[in-house]
Amino acid sequence: MKTEAMVEAALAPSDYLVVAPVVVCLVFGAILLMIRKRIDWHPFLAIPGFFLVLAADVLLLLKVAAEGPQTMMMGGWKAPFGIAFTVDMLGALFVTASGFVAFAAAIYASVSISRTERRYGFFPFLFLMMAGVSGAFLTGDVFNLYVWFEVLLIGSFGLLILGSEHEQLDGATKYCFLNLVATTLFLITTGYLYGLFGTLNMADIAEKAGGFENDGALLTIVVLFLVAFSAKAAAFPLNFWLPASYHTPRFVVSALFAGLLTKVGVYALIRIVLMLFPPQHAELAPLIAWVAALTMLVGAFGALAQSDLRRLLNYFVVAGIGTIFAGLALVGGEGTPGAASLASAAAAATPDVVASAAAPLLPAAGNLVVGLSGAVFYALHSIVVMTALYLAAGTAARIAGSSSLRDMGGLWRGKPALAALMLVFLFAVSGLPPFSGFWPKVVLVRGAFQAGLPWLGAVILFTGFLMTVASARIFALAFWRNAPEPAVAGVPGGSFDPQGEASPALSMAPLLILAAFVVAAGVMPQWLVTLTDIAARGVVDPAAYLGSVFGGAS
Amino acid sequence: METALSLVVGCLFAVALYLLLSKHIIRMLLGVVLLGNAVNILIFTAGRITSVAPPLIPGDASVPLTDVANPLPQALVLTAIVISFSFFAFLLVLAYRAYQDLGTDDTDQMRVAEPENDGPPPLGY
Repeated sequence: MKTEAMVEAALAPSDYLVVAPVVVCLVFGAILLMIRKRIDWHPFLAIPGFFLVLAADVLLLLKVAAEGPQTMMMGGWKAPFGIAFTVDMLGALFVTASGFVAFAAAIYASVSISRTERRYGFFPFLFLMMAGVSGAFLTGDVFNLYVWFEVLLIGSFGLLILGSEHEQLDGATKYCFLNLVATTLFLITTGYLYGLFGTLNMADIAEKAGGFENDGALLTIVVLFLVAFSAKAAAFPLNFWLPASYHTPRFVVSALFAGLLTKVGVYALIRIVLMLFPPQHAELAPLIAWVAALTMLVGAFGALAQSDLRRLLNYFVVAGIGTIFAGLALVGGEGTPGAASLASAAAAATPDVVASAAAPLLPAAGNLVVGLSGAVFYALHSIVVMTALYLAAGTAARIAGSSSLRDMGGLWRGKPALAALMLVFLFAVSGLPPFSGFWPKVVLVRGAFQAGLPWLGAVILFTGFLMTVASARIFALAFWRNAPEPAVAGVPGGSFDPQGEASPALSMAPLLILAAFVVAAGVMPQWLVTLTDIAARGVVDPAAYLGSVFGGAS
Repeated sequence: METALSLVVGCLFAVALYLLLSKHIIRMLLGVVLLGNAVNILIFTAGRITSVAPPLIPGDASVPLTDVANPLPQALVLTAIVISFSFFAFLLVLAYRAYQDLGTDDTDQMRVAEPENDGPPPLGY
């Protein structure tokens, strides 16, 4: 009888790659906790640890690209009884991007985080948060996704209040309450979902969802998921916790939060609402379009109104989330073949583009594939660029002695390399060529016009214009002009660590690593477009995902 | 039984939301506790209240011989209890530290991170 419910075949060592990113994070977090008194060793263990995580992520991405979605059943129970870890191209891309920025941030943290803060457990918290982030991207079970959300939230709480300054306690209070309510809403919805389906395995739900075509209860559940994940992703009107808190912790912590945590919400939205419930998603697409437009405008106008560099960047995060949401709203406008338009968008500059492993698609799904591919591309770009911007801002603020645009200045003359990198990242975040922000916006604007939502395309372009203005203001005030007359050096705005000033050269290394991606994805976008296209197809037509869970696991 | 529990869940949600809408952190904390308990009962109810027999299967059988209780919601609730308890402990300490350092538990007056009347950014140079 055991054979009915258990996976009998032994797992090949390479099958463990599916859980490797999570396991490595947890193991290194535990080891660092055990040697918490030897804080000098922490960076020397943490940097190789994050390199291992990144290596596991990349190997997993290559395996998924070569063999399709991978599944591992916890405890050897067959689906849908055991908890499934299922990774397809979407999850593999997100987890690789997160491992990439975590590696860069760990190098940056090894010079910018003081000994006291290491003693309070900076690196163990970082590993714990990354375990949560990686787990959320890899799991194939709705309740397990909730658990990983909580794991990353606990880790982020620890990082957020590191230092216990007044500002941080204020920001953390708002962040904690609002995120707790959002995850509780996720849990409530999971309870309803279980009550309706009797299962929590994503593949099982995707198969059974067709039987609830016109069910009001299911639409309610999808709306609740939309609200919960929008709050996690900081989409308007649930975005207010983000500008209230993301500028209070250490720069490197802000960088990882801005890069990763909101994107986990976006990923969960794509995975659950788009993949599991396509008819309900199509019904809600106009609402998502409005949310996207308002989020973009709130982010762009908010950025223009700020006088503090970090608070300005907070609003860039919000604007980026709006742009990603725009890609999730592109249904309708029937009959346009998706792959052709996507390939031609990338082929505009590079004629040798090869269309991805193109399976014929339903015509109506074409626009969604285009939008989703653009949204995933933009999310990956946003993960890297937002992390890079906060790290560069951290270095700039440390040199200038302040993060207020009123006090900064003279950095172009003093640190030309830093200024050049900052300019690259500002171009990328505004969506200007030849950097990584340009191509996903091309795809999204074209997709919006094809899907019959020209106003949404116009909002994307207008937001890009406003963000260019805000970026120009950052560069003109903090870098281009001479330092303001009353020298304010030595008046730290709260979170500047004098220890890190010893080696600004080492803090440039992660910026260079991140800039390499920004340039590579901007100059040669087709490899990334090919991958995001596969990811988008996998979400719109999850047959391979289901096959991996029910067939390939045994 | 499900109907009665649903009503309990509804009442708990209503009270929790009312408390969470307060300006004072101490009331919001009470709201968080009630919210967590409401969710636990909700999951328990969503799993259907079927039977009181424990879900034990004899060694020589592959399925339960009688009607048994659904064990999965209990596992979910147990996980959720642990998580909500640890979160509440953290929030309690955080709120106390915030009250000590900021001198208020009124969220309207907690404006350290986002000062009022910050003024516009420099408009030229």
